Amino acid sequence: MSVQTTDYTVSEIRSPAAFVASRVFIYGALIFWAFVCLFPIYWTITTSFKSAVDVTQGHLIPFVDFTPDWKGWRSLGLSPDSISQTSTVRDEFLKRFMNSVITSVGASSLAIIIGSLAAYGLVRYRYKFAWFKNEDISFFFLSQLILPPVVLALPFLVLYREVALLDTRIGLVLLYTLMVLPIVIWIMRDQFNSIPVELEEAALVDGLSIWGAFFRIVMPIALPGMVAAFILAMVLCWNEYFFAALLTSTDAKTIPVMVASQTGSQGINWWSMAALATAAIAPLAIIGIALERYLIMGMTAGSVK
Amino acid sequence: MAEQTSTVNAWPADPADLIPAGRKRLGWGVLAIATLGLLAIIVVQILYKTEMSTVGFDTWRPVVYAYVLWGVALGAWQVLTRGEDGQRALFLLPALLFTIAMVIFPTLFGFYIALTDWNLSSFSGRRFNGLDNFWQMLADPYYRNALFNMVLYVLAVLVEYVIAFGLALLLNAQIRARKFFRVVFLLPLMLSPVAVSWMIGKSLMEYRFGPAATLARHLGWNNPAFFSDPITARISIMVLDAWTFIPFMMIMLLAGLQAMSREVIEAARVDGANAWQSFWQVTFPLMLPVSVTALILRVIFKLKLADIIITVTSGGPGGATDSVSSFIYREYRDRSNVGYGTMLAMAYLVIIVVFVTWLLKFASRFVRNVN
Repeated sequence: MSVQTTDYTVSEIRSPAAFVASRVFIYGALIFWAFVCLFPIYWTITTSFKSAVDVTQGHLIPFVDFTPDWKGWRSLGLSPDSISQTSTVRDEFLKRFMNSVITSVGASSLAIIIGSLAAYGLVRYRYKFAWFKNEDISFFFLSQLILPPVVLALPFLVLYREVALLDTRIGLVLLYTLMVLPIVIWIMRDQFNSIPVELEEAALVDGLSIWGAFFRIVMPIALPGMVAAFILAMVLCWNEYFFAALLTSTDAKTIPVMVASQTGSQGINWWSMAALATAAIAPLAIIGIALERYLIMGMTAGSVK
Repeated sequence: MAEQTSTVNAWPADPADLIPAGRKRLGWGVLAIATLGLLAIIVVQILYKTEMSTVGFDTWRPVVYAYVLWGVALGAWQVLTRGEDGQRALFLLPALLFTIAMVIFPTLFGFYIALTDWNLSSFSGRRFNGLDNFWQMLADPYYRNALFNMVLYVLAVLVEYVIAFGLALLLNAQIRARKFFRVVFLLPLMLSPVAVSWMIGKSLMEYRFGPAATLARHLGWNNPAFFSDPITARISIMVLDAWTFIPFMMIMLLAGLQAMSREVIEAARVDGANAWQSFWQVTFPLMLPVSVTALILRVIFKLKLADIIITVTSGGPGGATDSVSSFIYREYRDRSNVGYGTMLAMAYLVIIVVFVTWLLKFASRFVRNVN
């Protein structure tokens, strides 16, 4: 991508001075926005190593302004000197962390399974349920995207209490699946559309059943799209706060709820707060950087024809 | 017969004819048993819950299991009675049954709750009160204020769009380290809005020591209180939300820019257009369809805005920054007012559906005119 033919750049520039000016502007803007994106993250991570004085005096640069200390991580029981000791805070944190992992992985997997199947069906076959045709069914699925969480939250609060799913991970998994299903169907429809139908026809002629053709021929080709949809669903589920705050209390509380409930009675412990926030954003930051390609693929599915 | 089967189109004309009658009967039997079982469990539960019978379960969970089993039976019935067509229907059935159970039923139930006076903290329990909640809603200045805020928040999307377009153009220019910048610009989208808004809103923008406040003082703003007067507080919330979601539009626009053929812009350059002209007369019109898609998706996400407001301002000062979702959230959390809160949510749903339908119609006309 970064290697372009020179005649393009030559046609772009008018004079050396204008070229330098445009370079300065472009890189200036890029660096400025990179700073805007990174500074809050930098602030969060460094604050977890600060003591109270360093926070209130707004010290910024470790080793120059202040001496880093494991204070925030010690309060979570995750610093090098406290990791071998027993810590109730750490147990609590790990429990929340596992809740987040289980709900987001579970919901994303379930959404990928039923979403891919539905998307494949909608792309390849003609359906007619009563007076609903393919377009209507697609619209029905995608229209769920509009539904704001607040509309479902209170009825679900009541219904979940009746079916004993309140404050359970299963309950959250089901809701999160519903939340990401339209996005998964949107992405996977786009994916299956790009696979030539001749492949499946050949497979059917070779004696595979409809489902055999799907699992043996189509799935392997559509795998990158599935990964993309899975990552995007993971991001949305991991960061979800609204349902989790309303529908969980002790057992199934997730990381965002734990972060939001940190305002203690003695004011805010910035360092432990920052350590918790860092731990909450770290997994997705790592996944995002490593699998950025898939994330972009998922987000741009269907938007560019 | 031999001639017919040798042609390409010789698939069985009607696969239903090839299925033996016994298999069809089995299919119908499975469906009938499953349906009767589901209905029986529901009836038993209703009788038990209304204390007309002593046999039943403590919770409604068995009904959920029965529904799942009924769904399986429905799939089996399709395959048994319709053969290959049934196998095709099997692709769609799980998602369809899941969504119907998870959306239709709760929404209908929600409309019922909206018509009741139901406060979880009072002892009287649920009581049907007709349209009382509705009249109360019309007279509620805080709800009107929250709706008005939603208009402002949605309008802020346009500013986000301009910034996102600018960033997409930057990333599409001839630059080094494009991948690095793209990852960095994308990062805010992946981070938990709650954790980040906590750190930005409550510490970075802290009045006394936050770096953002210090910077504002250096720039000549003597009293950088980001969340104390209504207008500044709204803008601060918009900025926080924009920080999270600008990458979303940026990536879509960038994909659009990269899909655009270089020849078109080259041609404009050859014809003597400067960068400004070629942007407005070539790039921007060609980008309209992508822009409209990005804007609509962003508006839809914006309409759900809640978590940042709940964590940073809890709607303050005096409800000035409330979005509809955060307002309803507090209506439930602080006052346990399920009936009234649901009425607000349902009214919001109706408003949103009307608005988004209008938006889609408007947008489709807009895009078609350009093409």
